[in-house]
Parts: sequence; C-alpha cells; structure tokens
Amino acid sequence: MTAVPVVARERVTFDRQRAIAGMFVMLGLVDIFVFGFLADKGDAVFTFTLTGAAVSVPNLSLAPGPVSEALGALSIVLGFLYAGRNLAKIPKRLVGIVVMLGFVVSFLCWSDAGRIPLPFVSLMQSTMLASIPLVLGALSGCLCERSGVINIAIEGQLLLGAFAGAVIASSFGSLWLGLFSGSIAGGLLAILLAVFAIRYMVDQIILGVVLNVFASGLTGYLYDQALVPYQNRLNSPNTFTPIKIPVLGDIPIIGPILFDSTIFLYIAYAAVALVHIGLFKTRWGLRVRAVGEHPTAADTVGIRVLFTRYRNVVLGGLVAGIGGASLTIGSVGSFGKDISSGQGYIALAAMIFGRWTPLGATGAALLFGFSVACANVLGTIGAPIPSDFLLMLPYVATIIAVAGFVGRSRAPKADGQPYIKS
Amino acid sequence: MSHQDAGPEGNEPTTLTEPEDSAENPPDATKQVAAGAGHPKGAETALQLLNAVLEGSSAVVTFLAIVLAIVIGGLLIAFTSPTVLHAWSHLFSAPGAAFSRAWDVASSAYSAMFEGAIVNPHTVSAAFHGGSIAAIFNPLSETAVNATPLILAGLAVALAFRAGMFNIGATGQFIGGAMIAGWIGFAVHLPMIIHVVVAVIGGFVGGSIVGGFVGTLKARTGAHEVIVTIMTNYVMEYLILFLLGLAVFRAPGLPNPVSPPVANNAMLPHLAGATLRINAGFLVALAAAAGVSWFLNRTTVGFELRTVGANASAARSAGMSPERTWIIVMVICGGLAGLAGASVILGTDFALTPQIYGTYGIDAITVALLGRGTPFGVVLAALLYGTLDAGSVTMQAQTQIPVDIATVIQALIVLFVASPPFVREVFHLRRRRRVEEGAQVLAKGWSA
Amino acid sequence: MSGREVALQLELRGITKRFGGLVANDNIDLTVEPGEIHALLGENGAGKSTLMNVLYGLLQPDAGQILLDGKAVRFHNPGEALAAGIGMVHQHFMLVPVFTVAENVMLGVEPTTFLGLLDRRRARKDVLELSSRYGLAIDPDALVEDLPVGIQQRVEIVKALHREASMVILDEPTAVLTPGETNELFEIMRGLQASGKSIIFISHKLKEVQEIADRITVLRRGKVVGSPPPSASDEELASLMVGRAVELTVHKDPARPGDVVLKLDGLSVKNAAGRAVVNGVSFEVRSGEIVGVAGVQGNGQTELCKTIMGLLPVEAGSIRVHDHDLTGTSTRAVLESGVSYIPEDRQEDGIVEAFSLADNLVLDDYNRAPYASGLALHLDEIRKSASKLTDEYDIRATSIDMTAGTLSGGNQQKVIVARELGRDVSLLVANQPTRGLDVGSIEFVHNRIVAARDHGAAVLICSTELDEIYALADRIIVMYEGRIAGERPPTVSIEELGLLMAGAGTPDSVAEAQPA
Repeated sequence: MTAVPVVARERVTFDRQRAIAGMFVMLGLVDIFVFGFLADKGDAVFTFTLTGAAVSVPNLSLAPGPVSEALGALSIVLGFLYAGRNLAKIPKRLVGIVVMLGFVVSFLCWSDAGRIPLPFVSLMQSTMLASIPLVLGALSGCLCERSGVINIAIEGQLLLGAFAGAVIASSFGSLWLGLFSGSIAGGLLAILLAVFAIRYMVDQIILGVVLNVFASGLTGYLYDQALVPYQNRLNSPNTFTPIKIPVLGDIPIIGPILFDSTIFLYIAYAAVALVHIGLFKTRWGLRVRAVGEHPTAADTVGIRVLFTRYRNVVLGGLVAGIGGASLTIGSVGSFGKDISSGQGYIALAAMIFGRWTPLGATGAALLFGFSVACANVLGTIGAPIPSDFLLMLPYVATIIAVAGFVGRSRAPKADGQPYIKS
Repeated sequence: MSHQDAGPEGNEPTTLTEPEDSAENPPDATKQVAAGAGHPKGAETALQLLNAVLEGSSAVVTFLAIVLAIVIGGLLIAFTSPTVLHAWSHLFSAPGAAFSRAWDVASSAYSAMFEGAIVNPHTVSAAFHGGSIAAIFNPLSETAVNATPLILAGLAVALAFRAGMFNIGATGQFIGGAMIAGWIGFAVHLPMIIHVVVAVIGGFVGGSIVGGFVGTLKARTGAHEVIVTIMTNYVMEYLILFLLGLAVFRAPGLPNPVSPPVANNAMLPHLAGATLRINAGFLVALAAAAGVSWFLNRTTVGFELRTVGANASAARSAGMSPERTWIIVMVICGGLAGLAGASVILGTDFALTPQIYGTYGIDAITVALLGRGTPFGVVLAALLYGTLDAGSVTMQAQTQIPVDIATVIQALIVLFVASPPFVREVFHLRRRRRVEEGAQVLAKGWSA
Repeated sequence: MSGREVALQLELRGITKRFGGLVANDNIDLTVEPGEIHALLGENGAGKSTLMNVLYGLLQPDAGQILLDGKAVRFHNPGEALAAGIGMVHQHFMLVPVFTVAENVMLGVEPTTFLGLLDRRRARKDVLELSSRYGLAIDPDALVEDLPVGIQQRVEIVKALHREASMVILDEPTAVLTPGETNELFEIMRGLQASGKSIIFISHKLKEVQEIADRITVLRRGKVVGSPPPSASDEELASLMVGRAVELTVHKDPARPGDVVLKLDGLSVKNAAGRAVVNGVSFEVRSGEIVGVAGVQGNGQTELCKTIMGLLPVEAGSIRVHDHDLTGTSTRAVLESGVSYIPEDRQEDGIVEAFSLADNLVLDDYNRAPYASGLALHLDEIRKSASKLTDEYDIRATSIDMTAGTLSGGNQQKVIVARELGRDVSLLVANQPTRGLDVGSIEFVHNRIVAARDHGAAVLICSTELDEIYALADRIIVMYEGRIAGERPPTVSIEELGLLMAGAGTPDSVAEAQPA
C-alpha cells in the first residue's frame, strides 16, 4: 500500500543555499569592481518625463562609482548573512530582489556614465511591450502544464498567431479580426499538440519541438510563397494604436508605463488576473490542478481527466495566439520569418522560474522583458557593450535564471505523463 | 476517451498475477498458419512479411509515415500554388483540369527534387553523347554533402536521447566547432595532412566545450537542458556575429561579415574529383557513426549511458552516477555537432559566415528522431533528409517552390514516426504492444 | 447525489474482466447483505482490486451484472457509482498531496459561491462536522503530504462519507497501520456498520479477516473458490487462498552469527524540509544473521536502507562495513565492498524495464572483470553469466534477450534477487523484498535470503509485513519516527511489537534527544 511519501533529500551535488549566497556576493563584487571602478567618467542621468507630458519630473543624476560601490557592499553583506542561515525572519525572495535591483541599478549607472541621459520611462515602456508575448506565453504554459501537459510549442503558437494576425488583418483590413484569427491559429496548433500528446501519447517535449519546427517551416514557406509576392495585400496590416486610460494614464512616471499602451497590454492584465483567480480560487481551477497533480484521484471522483487536458491545452493555445498577434499587429505590423526568435522558449523559462503560477510567471516574464528592453535602449545611448552582446542578454538571463534560481520545484506532479486508465 | 490498452510504458494493473510461464508473446498468426503441413518455404516468408505489414512493425510504420508526410507535402505544394488555386476555382466546370493541375504541380516539384538529389536523367543521356560522367553523380554527391553534417549532428542528438537528454543545442555546438575549426584553418599554418586533422579535432573540441557547459549545468544545478541548449543556440548565433566583426576574424576588405578563407591544407580532400563536392567529411561522418555504435553497445560507458537514459533511478541504485554520465554525454555530443560544423567549413564553405549553421541543428533533431536514436538509423535518416535538402534546392530553382517545404515535410515525417498509433489508425493496421529500447524516447516529462 | 437511510444490498453476478489474454475476474458471483462487513480474501494478484474497480466504475466488465437492491445498474465512471452510494478507499491513496484535507474531501463536489468561486468556509465546516460525527479526527487545513499515513487514510474515509456512501469499500487498508491503529480502524468500521453502512473489506491477511468479517469470500486466480465462515482455521483459509497446503513458516536453522559486518553509529538523515527522517540510529548486523526492521511504512526504513547504500547524504553518524568507514561514499563504493541491495520499488529502482534480462543481470558489475576490461564490454561473458543465473534462480523467460518489462512482478523480483545474490555478498540490504508477490515467489525469495544467510552473509531486511519479519528475522528491530524504538527476539508477542511500532511500549535503547 502506498501512501503519500515523505521524501528525504536526494543526493544533490550543489548546496543551493550556499550557491545563492555565493551568487549574491559575486554580484556585489561585480557591482563594486566592474560597475564602480571601471565606470567611465561622468554621471549617469535618468530622465523620467516623456516629451509632452503634463507633469514634469526632475532628472536623477547618479555618480556610478559611489552608487555601485554602496549597492555592491550591501549585496555582499546580504550574501554572507544569507549563507549563515540566520535569515529565518527575512523572506528569502526579498533579499534576492534587493540584490537583483542593486545589480541592475549599478549596471544602468555604469552603462550611462557620461553619456546621453537614459530615458527611464522609455525603458520601462519597452519592458512592458517586450513582456507581453512572454507573459501571454507563460500563462499559456501555466494553463497547459497545470493540467498535466507540457507545452514546448509556445514558440510555434506565437509564430502562427503572429502570422495569422498579420495576414488576416492585412487581407480584410480589420485589426480585431486579425487579433481573433491569431488566437485561433494558436488554438489550432494547440489542438495538434493535444491530440498527439493525449491520444497518441507521444513524448510531449519532442512533440513540442517538432511542432515548433513545423510552424517555422510552414510560416517560412507561406511567407516566401505568398507573403512576399503579394505583400501589399497579405502582409501590410495596420497596427493597434495605444490607448491611454483616463486619469490613471496621467500619473507621472507610472502612468505612461502601465496605462498607455495597446490593447494587448490590457488583455495581458486581464489574462493574468483571470488565470490566477481561475486556478486558485474557483472550482474549475481546483479540478484542473487535481488533474495535473494526481489524475487518477481526479478520475475516481468523477472528473473527466482527458477532457480537462484537451480543454486546457486549447485554451493555452488561444492565449498564446494572442501573444503571437502582439508581435505583428501589436507592434511592427508585418510578419517576418521566425519573428518570435525564441520568445516562446523564454516564456517557458519564465513559467518554470515562476513556479508554474501565473503571478510568478508574470514577474519572471517582466524580468526577461526588461532584459530585452535593455538590449534595445542601451544600444541607443551608446553603452560600452557591443551590440551583439546586448542582444544575447535575454538568453543569458534565461540561462542564469533556470540554472541558478529555480530549484527543482515543482512542476505539477503528473506533468508530462499521459493518463492511462488501468 | 479512455484507453483500455496499456500504453507504451507497459503499465500493467498492479494486482494481476500473470501465469508463471508467462512470456507475453503477441498471438503469432504466422506460426499458426505456417505450422500447418504442406506449406512451402516461400509461402512462409510471404506470410511473415504480410503479418509484419498488418501488425505495423517499426519499419513498416516508418515507411508509411514517410509516405503520409510526402502526400501531405504534395497537397500543401499543390494548394498553395496560384495556378492550382485558379484551376480549383473552376472545379465544377472543369474538374479534370483542377485535379490534373494539382497533380502536375506536385509531381513536378517532387520530380525536380528527385533530379536534384538522386539523378537527373538528362545528364545520363548527355553522357552518352560526350558529356561529363561526373555530372551524372552530381545529385548523389549533393545528397552526400547535405547528409554529412546531418549524420554528425544527428548523432549528437541521438546519443543524447539514449542518455535521456534532449539536445536541442546542436546549432550552438555546431557553431562552436565551426569557429574553432575555421580559425585553425585560416589563422594557423601547418603542413599538409596535419593541418586538416588538427582543424577537424579543433572542431570537435569547439563543440564539446559548448556541450560540456550544458552538461555541467545540468549535473550541478539540475537546469533542464531543453531551455539551456535553446538559449545557448541564440547566444552562439550572436557570438559568431560578434567575432566576425572583430579584425582577427574578419577577411580584410570585404563589406560582408566573412572570415578569411580556410587554407588549402586545411580543406577536406575531395573524394571524386574536383567537380563533385563530396569530400572526406562524408567518411568522417560514417566513421563517427560506427564509432558511436561501438561506444554505445560495447563499452562500459555506453552501457551506463543507456541505463541512465532508460531509468536514471535504477542506474543510481546500481552505483552509476547520472550526473557524471550527463557531463560525459554532452561533451561527446557537443563534439559530434562540432565535427558537423568542421565538416561544413572545411569541406564545402571554406569560410565562416554568420549563417553557416543553416538549419542543421534543427534538422538534426528530426534526423535523430527518425533514426530512432540508433547510429545506423541516424545515417539512413540523414541520407533521406539529405535527399530532401539537396532536392529542394533544385526544386526551388526549377519550380520556384520555396525550400522551406522540405522543413515542413521533415517535421511531418518525424511527427508521424513519433506516433505509430496515429499512423496505424490512418492505415488501419493492427496494434502491437512492445517495450523497445532505443526505439522511442518514452514520455517522461520534466524530470530526468 | 442521493443519500440513503437504508443500507445497500449488493449482488455481483458472473462478473468477468479480461486484460488481453489474461482473465483477471472469471465469472465471479458475490453477494453483500445490507449492513454486513464482507471480507474479500486473496493473495496478491488474485483479482480483488480489479473486481472492486469494476464495481466502482473505473473499469467496465466484459460480462456479468451488478445489482443494487435487486436492480441492475451499470457504472460508466466513479461519479455514477458515488451517486448510487458506493464509496471506495483505495489501496493506493487517491489524495492530491499538495492539496489540503478540505480540498481533497470536496474535490468533485465542491461547494461554490457565485461564478464558481470556492466556498472554502463551507468545505471546512463539512469536514469538521463529519469528522466529529464518526470520530475521525482530522484538520481540514493540513496539507495531505505532511500528514502521517494513518491520518491520510482517515481523510480517504471522510471523503467517502462526505458523499453519503451507503457502502464503503476498503482496499487493503491495514498495510500502513500498526496493530494498534488497525484495531482503531476496526472500531471505526464497526461504528460505520452500526450507522447502517455495508462494508467490503479487501485483504490478504488471514487474521484480520477472521477478526472483523461477518462473511468471507476467497478469490484465487480470478475465481471465487469458497465462502468459508470467519471461524475457519488459518490453514483452511490459507489453502483456499493458495490452492494447496501451505507452509506458514519458513524452515530455518538457528542462526550462527559471526563477526560484525554492518555497524551503524548515531546515523541521522534529513529530508528536504530539514526534518530528521533517520534520527540517531545505532545497531549492528553480524554475518550469518538476519536482522528484521519492523515498522509502519514511513518511519525511516526506506531512508535507512538508501543511506546505507550511499543514495542519500548522511547528516551525522557513521556507517561501517567490515570496519571500513563507508559514510558518505558513493553507491558504487558501497556495492564494491560486497553490499547488495534489493530496493523497495522494483520497477523504479531495481530493474530497467527496457533492457534485456542479460543487461539487467549485469547492472551492478558491468564494469568489472569478467564482464569488462577497461572500456570494452565482454558481451559473451555477460550472456554466459545471464544464462547461468536464469537457470539457477528459475527465472521464467523464453530467452535472456527478453525485455524485463514483459516479465511478471514475481519474475522481475527474481531477476533482482539473482543479480544481488549472485555476486559476492557479505551484506544484503533488502527493503520490502516480497511486496506484491504471489505466494510462490514469496517462498522462493525467502528461501534464497535464508540460504544467503547460511552462506555467511549478513542480512538486513526491512518489511511492513509482520508475517515476513516473524518468519525470517533472527533479531527484530522496530523503527518509529526515525529512531529505534526497541530490539526484540523473534519470540516477541505481536501486541508488544505493535506497541513499539506505534511509539509506545518500553524502548530498551533510548536515543539521546537530538534536535529534529
């Protein structure tokens, strides 16, 4: 008879707590020696006001040297405290956030030292924009994986959503139709994923990768075959214009960042809230999570396991499709080959980093979106980093996140395992 | 939707006793029929063959999967062609024209592929009239040239599969190998044979560094290799861009980011004269396949690798160290993908470009899956995909159909090969229950 | 969801269920009168659980009828069975570990406020109300994975009661309970009976069935072979279960212990949450003796075995084999010191189902002579040895190239035993070596273990089956919550053993209080 096991710690060759503490110390050292000592002469100036804003916020001028050194010292101190295990009172996540913030601020100071002012609000706006497909992709992953199906095909869903969004919006001249089609396109790929994963029990990781290859090949083929020759009709959509929310959008600094963007940002807000409430506060969510953790138990109380999985995977596809549409009709307009360039995989990492919760995934997605935005903005201010390395930034950040801070917790227990009645 | 049949993992209800003399042989109709007196030998083998087809054995399923993918590919080609669409808009007034148009477009595409990959009948007849004989073999040579990096990269992915890992990072490892091999090729001066050998070894080393990084990360931190390898792919793609911007890597005077050309001593020698592109890289690939096969099946480390891939928990209980195995495997696999990079830069391209990695890394995954994770299967699958790749170039030249269609067909092939139940259903074959090593990477999820 | 005031009468007529070529249930007739406790007795693999899964709607029968109160019914899924008043407490708990008790109990019948939002307060109230009504104390907000096993079982029972079950099926409920907890469970069962429920009690344990059942049905190889009264003798019941006269004890010469082989000193192991799952354990095992570790599952036996084998890190204390300190060494080093390991979960840790028999038999020693020299494997030697072991250990397979996944559980275990005892063994560590095996295989494994002991091996065997402990052990050690609760000779009474297993009784080795 098997009960629920209490598992002793399996052999881990890496003492996580000490490693994280070590990372804090190392970040602190980088703060001091690289961002502090090696900074160029001159202050880093951050501007907070957009041109034409009603309220003007003064610039912030920081001397890279002292700022970085102070933040670095703080990080080192926190690192040692963390290693000492007396931090029972202080939440570990808070410490991590403080150290990360210190690193980022030092980094920005160093990047901007003596150069043209860094437009902070622009940077944050870019962050929000870049995070949208990541958030929607990560939510899609949550919906699928919480019911027990691994969705590696987020990348393909983004791609198909971008493609359909651009083509339909361009052909029919309707952005809303394009948005809707993008969602459906993601859903169609999700149906393929669902059928092959649930009914034919193909390994879900392989399946996801293959579907991504298929989506890339299909959109690439159709791009060459149809979109290039008929560009004006098929690949010249309008884009959604930003909508400013009255009152909230006028708050200095925060307003332009959070409340003045295309419809996609607001859809993302709604999606995060809906998925979070849905998964953790409703009957629907309880049943979904039961299916993902212990499908046999769910089956024995009469929950339809396979139907739940189908439904959630398709739902996830619809959400990811919207994220894909944001890449074309939510930003640049026309479709280009492999326009998603790995963001589906970054969204996956965000979901894992966020421990399969909508809020956590969103936080992680924002972090990755920030790295994408940094890459762009730092290029324009002439930061002392080669542009190719800046472009690597989001991917390197993902590697560090997955390796360093994730830990092995904790996918839904039945994630990736096909359900077979015995 | 419920499954009464036990799935690929052979989940048996835990409370059943099986008869003591159990050996779960599927009912073998062949034996019963052939056991009857008076059946000649030929009939017996014919019956066995028929049975194999009906029961949907591995080889049959693979073949049918390829057929299905080609059919769907053909439909896609036909129905995205403007002329076909035009003909179908008049379906009811001229149905014959619609169908024949569709057939024409698809068949001309595939025959162009055939001419590009296997043999072009025109060259054969031209040879009889004094044309070049070598030209007859050009398509086959192109197929081999395309297949070479696919064999090597496919081995890199397949070997990782056998160890239970998903090596999506063949692209990044390829780039690492190409970088080092290329640099040795143009920056260093060595005598004739030594130069190419050192460059090839350098390719292996370059790839194994990237692979080793991934393996070490997985072993020390548990980071899932799917995400890490995909990320390192992008990192390496930008790294090579960056390097080609540096003076030390850049060919002087040219506007495009290209490296200096590789020295003659470092080029892989041609195998059939200078007009055909087939080179020693093909032999390196075949040798690597043989080596991997020996390694996998006849060495202690290979045994550990297979055990860790089949059941890491049991491997641990038997004293093996999955962590050590992961690192070793990723180093070797990285090296194999690095060899692929070396074979391209030293065998056909002769200079580093930002796009040198092409689609080899992604194709390698499909090759490994189609080849079922065995070295011999990888070689066959790579030859098939080499055929598709070589053929699609000619197809694009002749019929203007974009080469991406090859990717679509390749992906479909793998999708169908990975789901035998689907293929069996489509072709109405009987089910068969088997637990095969190396045949499928069984559904596993995120944990190793 | 209909509640019923009157107890159910259940009749199964001619139930047949096949899995491929295997007949799990063969034309079974069974009647359960209202308000009775009916025991379904049979050894592992007799078809008891399959029959109940058919009744509960998890499986569809190939033939036969189910009648409730004389009316034919058909359950296509457990929801329908539940609605008809049949509740089941499964052998493998159907609880979601990361959910709370209340969430598990309400799963499927959740109370909601508007728009489907969960009404957690109402759920909590329902759980508390039920637990007080039937005397099953549980905390609605506790996470199931934190609860001890006996309490988890209560949650399962409350789950069934919450759905107003009139008939409760208990599938092997006592495997995880101490004798004292088993008595408590029987009290609960009698209480349920008194409030009008019918109970089906599935077990392979003779004594329990004799104690609690009103009527008994014995299953063997999928068929009903008899309905003896509870007053029937052990031998009669056992021979019905197995189909032949059964030796209820193992023939064992007295032990002749020699030198100390295994010495544990203050061994402590922590789990991922930082709790000590093995807490200051010290004992010795000598060559030529079998030490049996008794205890309810989950008290540290598994962690103890794994730590000795180097699979878990040691927090404190030492492990010495033949006076070599093996604390914290690798599993390979432990194996190479002459220690053999039969793990608890044969399919997960013991064999590789995708590998052939030959490969499985060489899993421990593939890198040593004569199977390998340097990097190269000697496949012929491997095959030779595999053939030998297959004959010697009577492994039923058509060839050594068969994949292990196609073997029955008993044969798989024989492969593991052959591999582990076919080496040079000075210490055998065996964890639940006969779980889920039929009687024939159990006898086989026991005989081999005793034979190994007689050849001079030291044997450490952990088991939750007291019958096995009594049959094999020369000395009995009881583990409770990671500590040694006591050591007793095999003549100890089951009551005293039960007290020690439950943490009461007089421990004769009091471990120093250690910070948990």
